[in-house]
Amino acid sequence: MSADVLFELKNVDKKFVRGKETITIFEDLNMTLDRGDFIAIMGPSGSGKTTLLNMLGGVDRPSAGKVTFAGEAISSLSESDLAKWRADHVGFIFQFYNLMPMLSAGHNVELPLLLKKMSKAERHKHVAAALKLVHLDERASHKPKELSGGQQQRVAIARAIVTDPDLLLCDEPTGDLDRATATKILEMLQMLNQEFNKTIIMVTHDPEAAKFAKRQLHLDKGQFVDKEI
Amino acid sequence: MGDLFLVYKNITRNMLRFSLNTFAIVVAFLLLGILGSINHAFNAGIELSADDRLVTVNKVNFTQPLPLGYVNKIKSVEGVKDVTHANWFGAYVKDSNHFFAGMAVDPESYLRVYDDYIAVDEEPKKAWFANRQGAIVGEALAKVYGWEVGDRIPISSNIFSKADNSHVWDMVIEGIFSGKEANADTNWLLFHYKYFIETQTFGNDWIGWVTLTTQDPSLNEQVAREIDKKFENSFHETETSTEKQFNKSFLEQIGNIGFIITSVVGAAFFTILLIVGNTMVLAIRERTREIAVLKTLGFSSSRIFKLVLSESMVVAAFGGMLGIMLSYVFVGGMRNAPGIRNMLPNLYVDSSIIIQSLIYIVILGVVTGFVPAFRAMQLNILDALSKR
Repeated sequence: MSADVLFELKNVDKKFVRGKETITIFEDLNMTLDRGDFIAIMGPSGSGKTTLLNMLGGVDRPSAGKVTFAGEAISSLSESDLAKWRADHVGFIFQFYNLMPMLSAGHNVELPLLLKKMSKAERHKHVAAALKLVHLDERASHKPKELSGGQQQRVAIARAIVTDPDLLLCDEPTGDLDRATATKILEMLQMLNQEFNKTIIMVTHDPEAAKFAKRQLHLDKGQFVDKEI
Repeated sequence: MGDLFLVYKNITRNMLRFSLNTFAIVVAFLLLGILGSINHAFNAGIELSADDRLVTVNKVNFTQPLPLGYVNKIKSVEGVKDVTHANWFGAYVKDSNHFFAGMAVDPESYLRVYDDYIAVDEEPKKAWFANRQGAIVGEALAKVYGWEVGDRIPISSNIFSKADNSHVWDMVIEGIFSGKEANADTNWLLFHYKYFIETQTFGNDWIGWVTLTTQDPSLNEQVAREIDKKFENSFHETETSTEKQFNKSFLEQIGNIGFIITSVVGAAFFTILLIVGNTMVLAIRERTREIAVLKTLGFSSSRIFKLVLSESMVVAAFGGMLGIMLSYVFVGGMRNAPGIRNMLPNLYVDSSIIIQSLIYIVILGVVTGFVPAFRAMQLNILDALSKR
């Protein structure tokens, strides 16, 4: 394994049992991902994009095979170790932002820091820096419902980067936004990749969004195909 | 921001729901505080009853009189140490709204029999013995009416009238007594039996009841049996029991207060358990996606369990504490009402009720929060995030 390899999927199977039927999502899937990469995963509905993202993010496990992150087999970690691993290494950005409606933007961003041994002052410093990076430092006290969709997604990005994770996993991050706002969000992700060397995996249906990535992978019936979008 | 802030934000996100939940809990703990205090006040008299003191009353009913001659006959029963007698007077001052317990007694024997209960100095004691119109009053009662030693007070009865058709007995306060126990009732007045019996209109030489002490509590049963046997088949058959039993059966005339209170509080708590439990389950169900997001961010299942359980614990604690505080206010108000003060002199929110309430707060919090907390802990991230 090269020193720059961040993720490696080896002979990964993923099957779901639904009643008497077994549905195969992946069979013998292999993949490597380098540190600092920005990958867009595309493919039709049901191709396994989100399932792959969930396995890379440690919220789902393969039925067989191995998922390693920086040499550590995350697919064999216990539930609590996996939760800790997610808190330490992964930032999640969802299509529908998934902010806590009762918390201000600042408190939403602070949430992942509650899992770190950090003083209140340190937490506030990190939150301010993250919000500044997404140009929302003046909206820290605003509740999500007082923000536009684009601003909410920027808060979600700030929440994802506040712990300085190695990896950002984005599930259709612009799926709920108009083109102009989506472009701003994608430029922001690009900036995080280029300036802060964040490894980004983005699942998207949108070919325009995929263009912001360094690489595009196309999934079809559980396998990567050599189709460049 | 910390976990407690998250808990606070979650429980106050829907203020109407939070207010109604809190109101329901406050009512339950208010009821517990008030009814528990009433129960405690009723039982305080029973708890202070001496083990070696017996009460002999008319077998028909304790309101029926006994002949005065029974006093000496009871004194002759083997195992009896001392005997006294008393008549219920039904005293009041000004008007019948200002009533209090007043009893016509034989001063010397009464103070001997109640030596463990009534504390009065030698000098006022002697003055009272010497003055037929003299009376001694409890310090709580004296405080209410501002009475002092030497005051001449007009006491009326809501039962008796005087031979001269008046209803007022003039009495001179010769002493103010206190209780030997901290929570002893001192809301009453004692005056001379002779003054009462010779001036009232219903005939002479009858008494209300006899109180006696035995040489040893182990003799109680035997002495009681002997006394009742002595007056068997007479015009005035007796019933003798320990003072504790007598006080208890006196209270049970009203009803089984403990059972009534347990039933009311139990029903209130059961209802509130259903309301709060159901609300908590619904509240957590509404937040399924948020809980899944927290888990995705790295919050462990055990931490999620603690967060959700803390919500119900905080709601129970907030409502419960508020209920207890309000019960202090209500019970304090009731205590100052003249009628209740005389009837229930030991009415206050006892520490045992506080401890009981604190235990109930924990139980309420755990019972209403456990199921939603367990469900939140078990929540599958993928299932929850796929719901929208």
